[in-house]
This record gives sequence, structure tokens and C-alpha cells, in this order.
Amino acid sequence: MSPHWEHFSHDADMGVRGIGNSLAQAFEQAALAMTAIIVDPPAVRPAERVPIHCECPDQELLLVDWLNALVYEMACRNMLFSRFQLKIEDDRLTGTALGEPVDRERHRPTVEVKGATYTALRVKQRKDGSWLAQCVVDV
Amino acid sequence: MSSDYPLKRQSEFSWRIDPFGKMRVPGIVYADEQLIEAMDDKVFEQLCNVATLPGIVQAAYAMPDAHWGYGFPIGGVAAFDADEGGVVSAGGVGFDISCGVRALRTGLTVDEIESRKTQLADALYREVPVGVGSTGRIHLNEKGMNAMLLGGARWAVEQGYGDPADLDHIEERGCMRGADPGEISARARKRQQDEMGTLGSGNHYLEVQRVAEIYDSKIATAFGLQENDAVVFIHCGSRGLGHQIGTEFLKYMVLAASSHHLELPDRELACAPINSELGQAYLGAMRAGINCALANRQIITHLTRQVFAEVLPEADLTLLFDVSHNTCKLETHTVEGRKRKLYVHRKGATRAFGPGHPDIPEVLRAVGQPVLIGGSMGTESHILAGSSQGETLSFNSACHGAGRAMSRHQATKLWKGRSVVDELGARGIVIRSPSMRGVAEEAPGAYKDVRAVVDAAQSAGLARKVARVEPLVCIKG
Repeated sequence: MSPHWEHFSHDADMGVRGIGNSLAQAFEQAALAMTAIIVDPPAVRPAERVPIHCECPDQELLLVDWLNALVYEMACRNMLFSRFQLKIEDDRLTGTALGEPVDRERHRPTVEVKGATYTALRVKQRKDGSWLAQCVVDV
Repeated sequence: MSSDYPLKRQSEFSWRIDPFGKMRVPGIVYADEQLIEAMDDKVFEQLCNVATLPGIVQAAYAMPDAHWGYGFPIGGVAAFDADEGGVVSAGGVGFDISCGVRALRTGLTVDEIESRKTQLADALYREVPVGVGSTGRIHLNEKGMNAMLLGGARWAVEQGYGDPADLDHIEERGCMRGADPGEISARARKRQQDEMGTLGSGNHYLEVQRVAEIYDSKIATAFGLQENDAVVFIHCGSRGLGHQIGTEFLKYMVLAASSHHLELPDRELACAPINSELGQAYLGAMRAGINCALANRQIITHLTRQVFAEVLPEADLTLLFDVSHNTCKLETHTVEGRKRKLYVHRKGATRAFGPGHPDIPEVLRAVGQPVLIGGSMGTESHILAGSSQGETLSFNSACHGAGRAMSRHQATKLWKGRSVVDELGARGIVIRSPSMRGVAEEAPGAYKDVRAVVDAAQSAGLARKVARVEPLVCIKG
């Protein structure tokens, strides 16, 4: 199965869903789905690396923390991210987000993500062995 | 209508879910039949969940514009008594703390601005930072940040952004008491340091509008409004600081729930007892977030005045009122004949104090607090006034907007930003926005019929319609 991301509907906000062959890959895809709310991901050059670390008592909270760490880095560094490299061991996530500073003319970013929520939050391994990671983000 | 949630019709505009399961109080929805039919089942589910929280008083309420939120429905109202184990919920306030609307009179008629409408739109778009990645011209250091968090719009006025007279026309007179900058993390501060005086994105906007219709001439006169007047609506919130407070405290509250013996029906209903260290910390942080939003709207008002002074020097922009949508406030309400101090959560709902309330500015007190209902680019907005019966009905709360009728995803399938701008242009509405996809996502058709919402609010007795306004210029985030 090839890893992929998708959006799912929410009345006011947006659902992000990542599917991958590992938990880390599903998290990476969910992050890509979040970027796709703001901008077309291929338009973002993976030029600069930003390290991310999170720690949480369970995988679902870890997903929310991971997405919120990206929201924070995007806001403070005024960057967009299009590639992610993650390692998840137990409750700990270590990763890198690759992207570039927002270029308002070229990227034409659509909307800010305010934060990842616990709504429709689900992280699970499916019957075919693939992983799913999803939640609603507030935009 | 939902078969899972037993809604009973109480009156033409009010519906009730009697307590079942772990609900401590009933759920009450104010809406007409059509709005109820169109309401997502999630609203009723979330309302029932809110009704299970400890210390909830009287009922959990949903306004006519209610839709699926997280934890609380958007358009949800609930009051808690601290002395009865009541809770404060980060989900019940939301990420965009004190997101709200302010309305300014311009002292001009539509005819006086019509010929300079495009020039005005361009100048506003140039001077008011809008959209993803925009930054303001103010850079706050630690001392300035603390002063802003404590002072709100009062701080902004002291810095030269506005007129002291503005403060009387803002909830809390521009400064929310009880803010605790010590509870604002370094991350929240960092997110905000360059975002003062920025509109943000999504459904946030600055609109120049025309008063298209007066419904209640007595109140309109007291509000200083006449047909064909040009007014300005500014819709934005507490920006990155508020978002980060929401992010952090949702997590703290989820992690601490079991230690507070709270059984959350849903993790997104994260809360803490008001009389707990975490509950108090959140209230201190949230109030600082309210001040940030009040300061932000005040600075944008200043920028707007500068633009008008350049393009239309004869204008005189005076503040009608500033209302917040996402707050938890300590208020005194009479419940079953007894005055009680309650923590009223309004998530996507507006405070709507009735005539005579001491917290309404003296000049408006006789007619009730202005309630500002934002539209969306091409759709009308409304100005209402709080009602006397609002206290019994909903702790003096009313709706906050139209509420979305469809997801952003659906909206982009139906509309293209450019054609939305062109269509609105043909109707005489000038749109300026950094993102055409953003415009498509916010297309007027993606929202419910705001008139149906305000009609239901009035018919239910929550507030009284005063004026309808229509957009002329919209700066869209």
C-alpha cells in the first residue's frame, strides 16, 4: 500500500487523515494533509530543516502534539513544510520538518491552522497492517 | 430531524432534550423548524455531552446558528457554579479566544464613499495586515507583551491606537480583569510578538458596509444608525497567542482530568474544576487572551481610521460596540429567583445583555447591548440589541453569525475564488484577499442564511433586530 493523505469533512473546520505502512509514516502523511489545507504541498520546497520533538502518554495525544508542534513552527518561523522524517519510539517522537519561508506571492497560502483538536481523533493499525492517523484541525 | 436525540418542541422557536444518561440538566436549542432540520446531529450530541459536566446550571444551550464544534457545539452556551463543583473548559471557549466583531460608524453616507470605494479597498488592503504569514508593525518585547496582556484595548489606547472614548463601547470597557500574564507560556508569547494588529485568515475580515434596512428606529437612533449610513465591521480575534493558549490548556486539561475525578464523555470536552489550580491558571491565561483580542481589534481600528483619514478625510469613525464570541466570563444571573455568580461559556455565541444592565455603556443602557452578527463577504450582517427576557432564556446570549452550511472542501468544489470575486464585484462589492482559494472556501453560499438565524434569535426572544447591513468593501483574510 502506498502511503497517502486525505481530508475529511467537518462543518467549520477540516479533518486531516494520514495513512502509511508505519505509525511514523501515517503521522507524516497527516502532516502533509495539514499543509495541503494551507497550500499545494508540491509548491513548497523542502529547503530548510526544523527539528521537532514531542512526548505524550498515548499515540493519539502524540498525533495532536506533533501537528501542534508543526503549527507552532509554521507560525513562529513563518514557514510552510512539505516533507517530514519521523521516528516514533514508545511515547516519544523525534523528527524533522522540511520546508521554506512563506512566499505570499508564490504560495498564495489559503488559511491559517490555529491548532489540532481531539475531535475525530483516531490512531490505529488497520486489518491490512497499515496505520491510520486522523483528527480535525481548527482553521 | 435526529432519531437518536429526543428533541421535544417547547415553543415555536425552542426545542428541548430532557436529561437522559449522565445529563445533569436539559439541552435547549433555539431555532425554527428549518434550522433544526438542517442542524447536524453532532450539535445535539455535543449539547448532551456539555449537559453532563459537573456544576452546570439550568441547561446547556445552542443558539440558532449552532453547528458541530469540538467539545462544545459552536453556538453553545453553558454556565457553571464554582461552589457546586463547576468546571471551566478550554474546549468551551475554543482556540480563537475572544474572536469577535466590532462595528464603527463612519459619519458618512454610502453616497459619500461610493466614488472612492476602490481607492478605500486598496488602501485598507495595503495598511491592514491580512492573511497567512502577515505581520504587524508592532513588535512587542516582554514588558510590552505583559502590559498588553493586562491592559487589552486600554493598553492599545494608551499606546496611541485610538480614542479613550472607544473604551466605553467595548465589553469589559476594553480591559478584562483577572488576566494573568504569568500563565502565558513563552511559546504563546513568541507566536504573538509580531501579530498585533493583524486580521488573520479564514472567516476573519474587515468590511465597509451600508445600513440597508432599519428594523427598530428607536434603538437604531440610540445606536446612531440611519439607513444608507456607511459602517465598518472588523472580525478577528486573539491571533497566535489565543491559539497557543487553547492548544496548551486543552492538553493540560485532558491529562489532568482523572486527577480531578472528571469523567469526560469526550476528550475534546477538556475541562478543570474552576476551584482548582489548573482551572484558575486557565482563567488567568484566557482573560489575557481576551485582552489580546481586544487590543488587536483596537489597533486594527486605528489603522482603519488612518486609511479613512487619507482617503475620506471628512469621515469620523466612532465605535458603536465590540463584542466577543469565544469567552468564559463570571457574571451574575438570577436563577429560580436567586442571584448567582456563574462562569458563562459562550463558544461561537454573543453576550446579549438586556436594557438596563449595568455593564452596558450608559449611553446605550436604556435600549440594550448591541449584538453584532457578522455575515460573510457577500452576505448581509445584522445589528441586534439584547433583550430583557434573554437572562431567563440563555444567560443573556445570542447567536454570533450565520454558521457554515458546508465544509471548506465542498465549497471549493462548488466555487472558484476568481468567479466569486467577479460575481460580488458585479453586485458592487469590492473584495481584496491574498488567496483566491480562501475566497472560494468562504463563498457566501457556504454559509447558512444569516437572516433565518437572526429571525429565529429574535422570535425566540434572545435579542431584537435593529438593522441589516450589506457589504460594499471586504478585506478578506
